[in-house]
Amino acid sequence: MAVVTEQRSPVSRAALWTGSMRLLIIEDDREAAAYLVKAFRETGHVADSAQDGLDGYALAREGAYDVLIVDRMLPKLDGLSLIRSLREQAVTTPVLILSALGQVDDRVKGLRAGGDDYLPKPYAFSELLARTEALARRQIGSGAAEETRYRVGDLELDRLSHRVTRAGREIVLQPREFRLLEYLMRHAGQVVTRTMLLENVWDYHFDPQTNVIDVHVSRLRGKLDKGFASPIIHTVRGAGYVLRFDEGSTG
Amino acid sequence: MSTGFSVEPVPRETVGARVQKLFRTTAFKLSIAYLAIFALCAFLALGYVAWNARAVLDDQIVSTIDAEINGLSEQYNAGGLRRLITVVERRSREPGASLYLVTTASGEHVVGNVGYVPAAVLANPGQSETRYGRSDSDAELHRAIVRVFTLPGGFRLLVGRDTEERDRLRAVIGRAFGTSLAAVVLLGVIGGWLAASRVLRRVDAMTQTTRAIMAGDLDGRLYVAGNGDELDRLAASLNLMLERIGELMRGMREVSDNIAHDLKTPLTRLRNRADEALRSAVSPEELRAALEAVIEESDGLIRVFNALLMIARLEAGNAREILAPVDLGAAVQEVGELYEALAEDQGLLLDVRAGDGLIIAGNRELIGQALANLIDNALKYGAGGAEAQVTVEAERVGDTIRLSVSDHGPGIPEAERGRVLGRFVRLEDARSRPGFGLGLSLVNAVVRLHRGTLRLSDNGPGLRVDLAFPAEAQGAAATAGDGAAEPIPALAASAPGGSISRLS
Repeated sequence: MAVVTEQRSPVSRAALWTGSMRLLIIEDDREAAAYLVKAFRETGHVADSAQDGLDGYALAREGAYDVLIVDRMLPKLDGLSLIRSLREQAVTTPVLILSALGQVDDRVKGLRAGGDDYLPKPYAFSELLARTEALARRQIGSGAAEETRYRVGDLELDRLSHRVTRAGREIVLQPREFRLLEYLMRHAGQVVTRTMLLENVWDYHFDPQTNVIDVHVSRLRGKLDKGFASPIIHTVRGAGYVLRFDEGSTG
Repeated sequence: MSTGFSVEPVPRETVGARVQKLFRTTAFKLSIAYLAIFALCAFLALGYVAWNARAVLDDQIVSTIDAEINGLSEQYNAGGLRRLITVVERRSREPGASLYLVTTASGEHVVGNVGYVPAAVLANPGQSETRYGRSDSDAELHRAIVRVFTLPGGFRLLVGRDTEERDRLRAVIGRAFGTSLAAVVLLGVIGGWLAASRVLRRVDAMTQTTRAIMAGDLDGRLYVAGNGDELDRLAASLNLMLERIGELMRGMREVSDNIAHDLKTPLTRLRNRADEALRSAVSPEELRAALEAVIEESDGLIRVFNALLMIARLEAGNAREILAPVDLGAAVQEVGELYEALAEDQGLLLDVRAGDGLIIAGNRELIGQALANLIDNALKYGAGGAEAQVTVEAERVGDTIRLSVSDHGPGIPEAERGRVLGRFVRLEDARSRPGFGLGLSLVNAVVRLHRGTLRLSDNGPGLRVDLAFPAEAQGAAATAGDGAAEPIPALAASAPGGSISRLS
């Protein structure tokens, strides 16, 4: 993987990011919890699970987890109280809230309680995986100074001068395309879903229904890949996109 | 009709229970309270009359005695004891209520019509009320008011008057007193009883009707007597409430019918796909493709459920707490920009015009969703229209912020315009296109939550959707830049480098 910055050594985040997350799933529905544990293990992560709020709280306080996945409605201690208690105890592990309540105000309540992301049920596992990875990545990257330049393969983006070059050749982007690319490069090597893009690039949380996001991505892709043999933005079927530079195929 | 919840049966009433219920009614309690007050007043008034009558009668007796004494004292002064005795003897023979007696110092009868009088009365000069016996008749004792004088030589003179008449009159007054009090109490109790049972009958009838309604007879209405009393007014407002509830129930039934119809179709398709794959797919690739199709189909269903839930939540109105000053113009620009590329791909020009400072009390997410639905619709139906342009305009007119989205597609016939705002309503020529007919109902719910209005009109040709929202007071505009009244730290954190995700 190849996120490189000028100020830091070429092995900054990439080295820390082993690709394997330690997760705690706090979910009272045994079947759902088992499904998640299995699915995360199959994708190369380590997942523990807790059946109720109190067990979950104890595990979350002790264990060194990269991300907590918390169901909102839990026996003994509900999800939001659990998160509030953790935050009061200065546990900063990123929390993704899973909830059957998916309305605007529910989401706001969840985030106010100290959650970092909110995913309404039912969800696609690919969406959950992508969001969990984004949270884990952020946790590792946090504390480090914001990089001013991103580089993935031969693609470079300068956040200060708003310049994008590929193999030294300047690519002119619209402001929104620039933000889109910036987000993709920040999460290089990770799958980002359409809703993640809508949330983080456009700051809207609604269901994009039609392929609005795809159109933007394909435009950006057209500009980035024009004249190069290998595409840098890849479509992941049923999930979203990933920005990845495939070695040995430099155009 | 069964509504799924049970209602306790009305228990059969015993007479005792009925009476007890009657006693507990407000009408009865009020009657009793009034009765007590009225009885007390009557008691006081009658008592006053009786007391006064008695005083008048006593006065009359005393003044008669006084007159007698005056006469006798004149006779005595003129002719001494002998003359007095003669006069007394004469007067004693006259019939009437006047009493006379002259005795010696030792109490021996000298002259007079009084045969017996207690010795103590004679011994103490002055006025008193006493029993006496007449000298000329039986031994029966009567009552009298008497006055006793001591004459020279120890003789006693008693002058008095029988009180029989007075006592009879007194008894008559007393009886009248008792009878009228009894009549007042009796009439009061009967009146209270009647008033209470009348009220009770109507309340019982109301209770029965409401229980029948609870049991599922939603068409039942409370009886209105038409006399405009308080029970009538109560019944009338309860009937209005029932009407409203009935409307809501019909609406809900309509929705559930719609859900049954419009969701069963994709569910059946979903099931069939899985079934078919199970039966006929042989290769893993085919199975995989079938599973993917199944997931896609369920995603569509989830989307519909989410939209339905959202509409329900918005219509319940409890999302009002999430309203904060929002720049509608900025939202129009943002969502317009989001759809611009898609429009271009479809060969349409998306023309977005929005002024500055179009602040409304709203929720940015909901406004964004509504705008997305409107633009999405306009692009969907506007493609291939008379003019390849979709226009989104936002402006301030007086105290309203107006927003319009117009296309040049087929439009909606006037007769259908009211209907398309309902859930799952899809016009015939739209059946072939993707969608569930929830887009406009969601927009309508959002607009209503924002206290706005939605109007569909002809864009000649095409559809024009006009929204109007009350403008937020100018003072509130200062905070509008943040989008929400209270910043949420995690929201900013979830979008690394806040500058990426926010339009400046």
